[in-house]
Amino acid sequence: MTTTSASTASAGVFDDITASESSLRRFLHGLPGVDQVGAEARAAGLGTRSIKTTAKSFAIDLAIRMVDLTTLEGADTHGKVRALASKAMRPDPADPTCPMTAAVCVYPDMVATAKQTLGTSGVHVAAVATAFPSGRAALDIKLADTRDAVEAGADEIDMVIDRGAFLSGRYLDVHDEIVAVKQACGPAHLKVIFETGELQTYDNVRRASWLAMMAGAHFIKTSTGKVQPAATLPVTLVMLEAVRDFREQTGQMVGVKPAGGIRTTKDAIKYLVMVNEIAGPDWLDPDWFRFGASTLLNDLLMQRTKMVTGRYSGPDYFTLD
Amino acid sequence: MVKVPEKATAFFEYAPAPESRSIVDIKASYGLFIDGEFVDGHGKSFKTINPATEEVLAEVAEADESDVDLAVKAARRAYTRVWGRMPGSERAKYLFRIARIIQERGRELAVLESIDNGKPIKESRDVDIPVVAAHFFYYAGWADKLEHAGLGTDPRPLGVAGQIIPWNFPLLMLAWKIAPALAAGNTVVLKPAETTPLTALLFAEICQQADLPPGVVNIVTGAGSTGQAIVAHPDVDKVAFTGSTDVGKAIARATAGTRKKVTLELGGKAANIVFDDAPIDQAVEGIVNGIFFNQGHVCCAGSRLLVQESIADEVMERLKRRMSTLRVGDPLDKNTDIGAINSAEQLAKIRELSDIGESEGGERWSPACDLPKNGFWFPPTVFTGVTQAHRIAREEIFGPVLSTLTFRTPAEAVEKANNTPFGLSAGVWTDKGSRILWMANQLRAGVVWANTFNKFDPTSPFGGYKESGYGREGGLPGLAAYLKGIH
Repeated sequence: MTTTSASTASAGVFDDITASESSLRRFLHGLPGVDQVGAEARAAGLGTRSIKTTAKSFAIDLAIRMVDLTTLEGADTHGKVRALASKAMRPDPADPTCPMTAAVCVYPDMVATAKQTLGTSGVHVAAVATAFPSGRAALDIKLADTRDAVEAGADEIDMVIDRGAFLSGRYLDVHDEIVAVKQACGPAHLKVIFETGELQTYDNVRRASWLAMMAGAHFIKTSTGKVQPAATLPVTLVMLEAVRDFREQTGQMVGVKPAGGIRTTKDAIKYLVMVNEIAGPDWLDPDWFRFGASTLLNDLLMQRTKMVTGRYSGPDYFTLD
Repeated sequence: MVKVPEKATAFFEYAPAPESRSIVDIKASYGLFIDGEFVDGHGKSFKTINPATEEVLAEVAEADESDVDLAVKAARRAYTRVWGRMPGSERAKYLFRIARIIQERGRELAVLESIDNGKPIKESRDVDIPVVAAHFFYYAGWADKLEHAGLGTDPRPLGVAGQIIPWNFPLLMLAWKIAPALAAGNTVVLKPAETTPLTALLFAEICQQADLPPGVVNIVTGAGSTGQAIVAHPDVDKVAFTGSTDVGKAIARATAGTRKKVTLELGGKAANIVFDDAPIDQAVEGIVNGIFFNQGHVCCAGSRLLVQESIADEVMERLKRRMSTLRVGDPLDKNTDIGAINSAEQLAKIRELSDIGESEGGERWSPACDLPKNGFWFPPTVFTGVTQAHRIAREEIFGPVLSTLTFRTPAEAVEKANNTPFGLSAGVWTDKGSRILWMANQLRAGVVWANTFNKFDPTSPFGGYKESGYGREGGLPGLAAYLKGIH
C-alpha cells in the first residue's frame, strides 16, 4: 500500500474525540444523518449505468483482481483451502492472461496451509479473527486469535466489531477494541467488519465507519456473510461516502470491502460504478476496494471468456473449488 | 480483449452505450390527427429537429384556424354522439387499453421522446414514459367512479377541452391533460409544442390502435397562432395550458368574460431550502436532481438554492464535486445524465441570463466538460454570491443553471423563498419532522417536497400559487378540473 495508508496513522488528529465516551458519542451523533430513501434511490440510480465493451472488460479484470476468495465453513479442510488457493493464483487455467485474485480469506487455523500454497505468488492471505463471526468472546481471546493468525502468516486480518457494545452505545469500547486488535496485527493490515445487517440503519453504518477509521482501520467491511442482509449497494454507498469524507479531512485513504451476497458480474460492476462515482477513481484498485466473495469469481470468469470469445461456455468449463 | 496493465490507469471510462434508434420509425412528414384520421392541414408545415444534432427529423403540418375548427367540430361531434354519453365503465376500458399500449411501446416512445426533445434516455425511459402510463392507469380507474368522487351525485363533463402543452415533458404533459379529460367524459383538441410534436403524433397512432372512437382525441400541431385559434374558438368549453407565464397571462385575457373554464400551469422559481441538520449527501443529490433533471427544463425546478449559511461552504464543495461527475452528451447514451437544450432559442435565453448573472456579480462555476460540436448544449452551472436583487434569482432561466443564496434562520428562509412572483414548488431538507411541517405551512408554493425533489405521482395534485398559475392537475383535483359539479 502507499504511504497515505492509515497505518501511518491518524495519531493525534482524533485524540480529542476519542478521549472519552461522551466526546466520541458527541462526534458520532453529530455526523450528518443519512436519509434512507435518498441513499437507496442514489444507489439504484447508479445501478442503471450501462457498462459495455471495453469498459466491461476493464471492469471484469479489475473485479477479479479485487476478489478476496473466501471459504469460511465449519467443514473447511486443508485440501479445500489448497484448492481455493490454487484457484486464486490461476482463476482460469485455460487463459494465462487472467489476473490473480487479491487474496484468499480463511479461518485462522487454515492460514498456514493457504500461505504454503500461495508462496510468493502475490496473492495475500486474509484471516477472519476476533471470534468471527459473532465477536462474542473476551478481548484477550480475540487478541490471541488475531496473533495466532498473524504468526501463521496472515497478511490481512478481518476482525468483527462488538455489535452489542455498538448498539448499546458503548462506542469507546468498540473503538478501543479495534485499536487493540490493530496493535496485535503488527504488520498485517486490518479490515474491520461491521455486520451491517445487525447495525440496521444507515446512520449506524456511517457512525461505525468513522469509528473504525478513527481507530486506524485499513479497510472497512460490510459483513461476515453469516447474517442476512449482507452487503448491499446502499450500505456500501454510505461507507464509500465515509472514506471519501475521511480522506478530505485527513488526507488518508481507507479501503472498502463489501462481502456476502455479491454473486454476479452485473452486481460487481454496479459496485465498481459506485466506487468510481462516489469515492472516486483512486479507489479502483485492489489496495482500496475488495469483494468478499466465493461464487462471484466463476461468474466473472464466464463473462470474461464471453468477452474474449463472443459466446458463453457452460459452467463445466470453470473449476468448482 | 484489451489487456489491462497490472497497475491500471485506474480510470473507468464508460464505453458508449447507445440505445438503438431502430425501434422508432419516423416518417418524413406528418399531418394533423383529426376525427381519428391523419389529414393534411390547410396551412404551411414546419420542421422538427433533433436538438442534439440539429438533424431534421420530420416535416409537420401547421394547423391554421380552419384546421382547428375542424378539430373542434370533430371533438364536439364525438362528445355529443359517443364519448359524453358512454358509460364510465366503457370509457375506462379505452383508457386502460391506451395505458397498456403505452407500456408495451414504452421503449419506442422513450427513444422518440429523447430524439425529439434532447432529454437523456435514462429519464425518458425511467421517468417520463412510466409516469405517462401511470396517469392513464390512474384516471382510467376514476372513469366509472365519478359519482363517488365527492363532486356531487352526478358530475357531468365540460364538453370539448382545448389543451396546449409545452416541450419540456411532451408526452407526460399530454398524459396530464388527456387522461383526466377523457376519464371525465370530455373530448380534446390538443396542441403539442412546436419543437416536440412527434410523441403526440405517435400517441395519435396509439389512439387508433386502441380503437378510440374518432374525434375523442384530436392532435393539431403548430406554433403560437394554432394555440391562439384553440383558445379563441367559441365551441371550446375548457382551456388547459402549461407553459410560460407570459402566454398564460395572454390566455387569461383572451378567455376573460367567456364561459370557458381555464387552468394554467405556468413558470416557477422554486426555492430548494437546505438546513444545517439536513442529510447532506442526499440533499446534494436533491439539489442536483432539482436543477439538472431534464436539463433544468422543468417548471418546478429547484432553481434557487437557499442554504443555511453555517453549512454553505461545505454544501457548495460537495455540490461541485458531484456536478463534476455529471455526464453531458448524447441523449440516447444510457449513461448520459444531462442531454441537449431543446432549441436554439432556449439556449440563447439561458446564455443571456447566465451572462447577466455574471455581469451582476454572481460567481459562475461549471465543471470541465466536453460539449458536442453540433446541437444545443449548456454545461451544468452554479452561481454563488447571488442575492435576491439579482435577475438570476428572480427570473425563470429554464435551463441547467442554479442560483445559490444563503439564509440564517428558518424565518429568513421562508421570507426569501416566498419573495418571488411565482409559487409552484419548493423543497425542504432537514432531519426535523416538525420543521418540515412548519415550513410546508409557511411556503406559498403548490408543491412542497421534503427531503426529496421532482417527485411526480398521478395521485398527487400539482399546480401553482400566484404567477405560477391556477387550477390543479393530478389526483382528484385534476379530475374535478374537467367536471361540472360542486367543487
